[in-house]
Amino acid sequence: MAVTEDEVLHLAKLARLNLSSSDVSNFVDQLSPIVDYFKELNEVDTDGVNETSQTTGLTDVFRADNVDVIRNLSQEKALSEAKNTSNGFFVVPAILNKE
Amino acid sequence: MKIPSTIIELHEDLKNKKYTCVELVEHYLGKINSQNKALNAFLTITDNEAFKKAKELDRIILDNPKAFDEFPLLGVVMSLKDIYLTEGIRTTAASKVLENYMPQYSGTVVHRLESAGVIVIGKANCDAWAHGASGENSDFGPTKNPWNIEYVPGGSSSGSAVSVSAGMTFASMGTDTGGSIRLPASFTNLVGFKPTYGVVSRYGVISMASSLDSMGHFTKTVEDSERIFNVTRGVDGFDSTVVDHAYKAENINKKFKIGIPKEYFAKGLDPEIESKVMNAAKEFEKMGVELINISLPHTKYAISVYYIVQPAEVSSNLGRFDGIRYGNDRESFGSEAKRRIMLGTYVLSSGYYDAYYGKAMKVRSLVINDFDEAFSTVDAILAPVSPSLPFKIGQKVNDPLQMYLADIYTVAANLAGIPGLSLPGGFSESGLPIGFQLLGKRFSESTLFDLGKKYQAVTNWHDQNPL
Repeated sequence: MAVTEDEVLHLAKLARLNLSSSDVSNFVDQLSPIVDYFKELNEVDTDGVNETSQTTGLTDVFRADNVDVIRNLSQEKALSEAKNTSNGFFVVPAILNKE
Repeated sequence: MKIPSTIIELHEDLKNKKYTCVELVEHYLGKINSQNKALNAFLTITDNEAFKKAKELDRIILDNPKAFDEFPLLGVVMSLKDIYLTEGIRTTAASKVLENYMPQYSGTVVHRLESAGVIVIGKANCDAWAHGASGENSDFGPTKNPWNIEYVPGGSSSGSAVSVSAGMTFASMGTDTGGSIRLPASFTNLVGFKPTYGVVSRYGVISMASSLDSMGHFTKTVEDSERIFNVTRGVDGFDSTVVDHAYKAENINKKFKIGIPKEYFAKGLDPEIESKVMNAAKEFEKMGVELINISLPHTKYAISVYYIVQPAEVSSNLGRFDGIRYGNDRESFGSEAKRRIMLGTYVLSSGYYDAYYGKAMKVRSLVINDFDEAFSTVDAILAPVSPSLPFKIGQKVNDPLQMYLADIYTVAANLAGIPGLSLPGGFSESGLPIGFQLLGKRFSESTLFDLGKKYQAVTNWHDQNPL
C-alpha cells in the first residue's frame, strides 16, 4: 500500500481529525490507489518549468487603509454564532498547561 | 401559468401585467411543493423573504417607468447553491458542520443579484463543501435527476441545476471549481457558465479551492447567462483576485475558428456522447465556423494535477472550521470532506510536498501552455463535458478514484483559469441529456456567448423539459 496505517494516523493528527478504526482502514484502502495514480506525473519532464499557484498574474494588490463601515461587523454580530463567549470574546479551549 | 424561456420575454409579460412578481413566486413555490420531496434540490426555502421582495418589485414596476432598465434582472426568481452566504438565512454548505449556521453578512454576488431585482427563493442542495461530481456527497441526502430520478444530476452544484431543470426556479447560482457547474448543466439539459477566474468576486462564498473557485450560473439560454454575468462580474474591493476587465461587444461578423482537441475524443468517451458533440461541431461548421483539429498534449495529466492542487487548497480552507466561532466541530465532517482533507494534508506534508504539490504546480504550467498555444490559432475549443452519461445513484460511491475520473474533461479549464460554457447538445437513446462545452481564452466570454447564442438559434434542445 502506498499510504500506510501509520501515515493515515499521522495525517489525521496534523489535520485535527479524530478517525474511527474503520475510517483508518478505509483511508488506507482509498488513498493508496489515488496516490499511486498521481505517479503518472513522473512521466512529465518539468525541468526548467515554473510553478503556477494562481492564474491572474496579479501581484501585490493594495487597497487604501481606510475604515469601511460596511465591511465591519459589530462585536455582537461577530459573536452571534459562537457557542461560548465571555465579555465580548470567544471562549476557546486551553492550549497551555497551568504548570 | 406559462413562464417564458428568456428574461426579455419575462419582462414583456410583467410589463403587460400578464402576471405579477408575487404570482411568479406563488408559481415557483407550487412547483417546489409538488416536486422537491422527490428531487431534494432545496435545503432551505425562503418563501417569506421571496414574497417580501416580490411585493417590493411589484411596487417598483407600478411606480418607476424605467424599472426594467434600472433592474436588469427584475423578477428573475433564483436559487443559490448553499455555499453562498445569505445574511440571516441558514447557509450549510450541505454539511452537518454548518447545519445551523446563520451568516452575519451576504456576499458580493448575492448583493448584486438582489440589487438587480432577483428574487431568491431558496438555498440549493449540493455535494457538501462542493466536493463531488454527482450530488451524492450532500450530508442532507442526494439530489435526483428530474430526467430520471434513478440517476445523478451531476455535481457539485446538483440542487442548483435541478431547481432550474425541473422548473422550480428561473435560474440559479452555482460554483465551478473543477466542473461543478458545467457537469450538472450537461446532465440536466441546461446552459452552465463558468467565468474566467478572477472576474466574479468570491467574497461571501464558502471557499473550496481558492485558486480554482469560479462563481457562475445555470440558465436555459445563453442570452440570459450573459445577462446575469453582466450583473455579477467586476471589481468589488472585497476579493483582491478580481481584475478590472473592460468587456465590450466584439466579434461582429467575425469568422470564427473552433478547435477540436483530439485528447478529448480519446478512449473512454461514450460513443453516444462523441456523436452528439460532433453533431454540435457540424452545426457550427454549417454556420460558417472553421473547425480545426488541435492537440492539448497534457490533458491526461490534468486530473492528477487537479486532485493534488484542489485537496491541498481544500485541506487548508477547511482548517478554519473548529466549531469555536461558528458551526459544529470537526467531528461533523462527512467522509468525502475528510478524504480530501487527508489527501491534501498528505500532498503538502513534509517529505511529499516536492514530489506531489510542487510537481503538480509545474505540470499546471504545462496545461496552461497547451491552451495558450491552441488559442493562438483558434477562438474557442469544443469538447465533451463528461466522458459518460449520467450514472445511477450509488454506482460510484465506493470508488472515489472512479468518481474523480468523471471530472477528466472539466478540470483543465479551472487549472488554466479560462471560461467555459456548457450547452445542451441532445439526448441519449435512454433519454438522458448530453451536453458539450466551449472553452475560450481568459476574458473571452463575449466570444463564448456569441457562439452559444448562434448555436441555440439553430437548435432546440434547450426547449426540452423533463416530464
